[in-house]
Amino acid sequence: MKWSDFFTSSVGKKLIMSLSGLFLIAFLVVHVGLNACIWAMDDGVMFNKAAHFMGSNVVPRVLEIGLFATFFLHIIQGLVLEFQNRAKRKKGYAVKMGSKGSAWYRKSMGLLGTLILLFLIMHIAHFWVPSRITGLEPVYIDGKEYHNLFAEMASVFNDNLLVVILYVLGCFSLAWHLVHGFQSAFRALGLTNHKYIALINSVGIGFSVIVPLAFALMPVSFYLGWV
Amino acid sequence: MEHYSMNLTLKVWKQQNASAEGNFETYQVKDISSEMSFLEMFDVLNEQLIHDGKEPIAFDHDCREGICGMCSMYINGRPHGPWHGTTTCQLHMRAFKDGDTVVVEPWRANAFPVVKDLVVDRSSFDRIIQAGGYVSVNTGVSIDGNAIPIEKDNADKAFAAAACIGCGACVAACKNSSAMLFVSAKVSHLALLPQGNTERKNRVMNMVSQMDKEGFGSCTFTEACEAVCPKEISITNISRLNGEYAKASLASDKQ
Repeated sequence: MKWSDFFTSSVGKKLIMSLSGLFLIAFLVVHVGLNACIWAMDDGVMFNKAAHFMGSNVVPRVLEIGLFATFFLHIIQGLVLEFQNRAKRKKGYAVKMGSKGSAWYRKSMGLLGTLILLFLIMHIAHFWVPSRITGLEPVYIDGKEYHNLFAEMASVFNDNLLVVILYVLGCFSLAWHLVHGFQSAFRALGLTNHKYIALINSVGIGFSVIVPLAFALMPVSFYLGWV
Repeated sequence: MEHYSMNLTLKVWKQQNASAEGNFETYQVKDISSEMSFLEMFDVLNEQLIHDGKEPIAFDHDCREGICGMCSMYINGRPHGPWHGTTTCQLHMRAFKDGDTVVVEPWRANAFPVVKDLVVDRSSFDRIIQAGGYVSVNTGVSIDGNAIPIEKDNADKAFAAAACIGCGACVAACKNSSAMLFVSAKVSHLALLPQGNTERKNRVMNMVSQMDKEGFGSCTFTEACEAVCPKEISITNISRLNGEYAKASLASDKQ
């Protein structure tokens, strides 16, 4: 079988969604870990240093290109699959199945993904664009100049309830997207051992709660003056 | 168990042929016994329609004992009706109560075009089976089944997958109209047994290729198929198919 045949087959496309999704999950771990530095209670010194490392070291910069490519692949493939799958039933049912047998979030990955995409556009405009393109205010730590990303976060979130609410809603969409996506990614890779399926399900739910909750607490922390 | 009779309002999809528009017709049925099967209730309705000089409702059925996979009604928003692990023919009228309105629709999927009323064309499943859902055996004396050792665990899993009757409820329930539960049951049934091992790579590649050609959607693990399957086929079979397909196609050296 040719590479092109595999990756254009329904199962191959699912594998692409799975592998790209797992890469994005790995990215979330890095992202939440670095951002947690805002809670070091040092006026953002540790956070700005961590952000500086991510912006200046060659490894994260190369990975950043891969990250954008993966985001692009996951989003485009996801949207294409959603529309292709919807077109497979031209005439629908008069009485819908609703949630009989299938939880709402398992059937709403396209919608949840789209909400995350809208959040992502806002998020990139808030932080990635100033960090990499338009520039940030400098801050001097031990005589060395850094971008003051911490101050940027404060300016985005402080006294801006609407933005904080949008971020929390974005994290909420992410949580439900992950509840299904985490375990589905492993099933797409062929996981059939029930011992491991149970483990993946538990780890997946834990991840889907903890990581988006930690992200959601970041804008809330700025807004409520916890940092 | 209490025996009772009921009067029902039925809203049934009527469609003259594949190209006709189709619409719901409303019927009243009276004195239906709680011990009748759902299809027997339809027999009563059809006799009534014939008696009144009207055209009876076309619906698929054959064995009426839950093993042939012919019956295919989407009842009140669920393939095969409200009972778990039950085909339409094994659904009994005690699932309903006097005065209920029951909406009956055909399976809906592009790959299952309506032939007439509640009858859909499921020959796409036959073509998927023809693409690889078999074991090639040369003619001659059959080998004693006990001569081939099979691990009990695998034999049980293969048997559970082989229980699939190919009714298509999985497709009817899936928001993507995916046939993955059906195809994965057939792939798993044979992949788990030594007899199926020889052709396992070509089988999974050919069956998935045919499935895609027939116009079924892709699986997104919504689990709706498993919930409505009258034979309670597990979606773990879909995971197995994914693994089998990846291994077979990535290892294949065909250009």
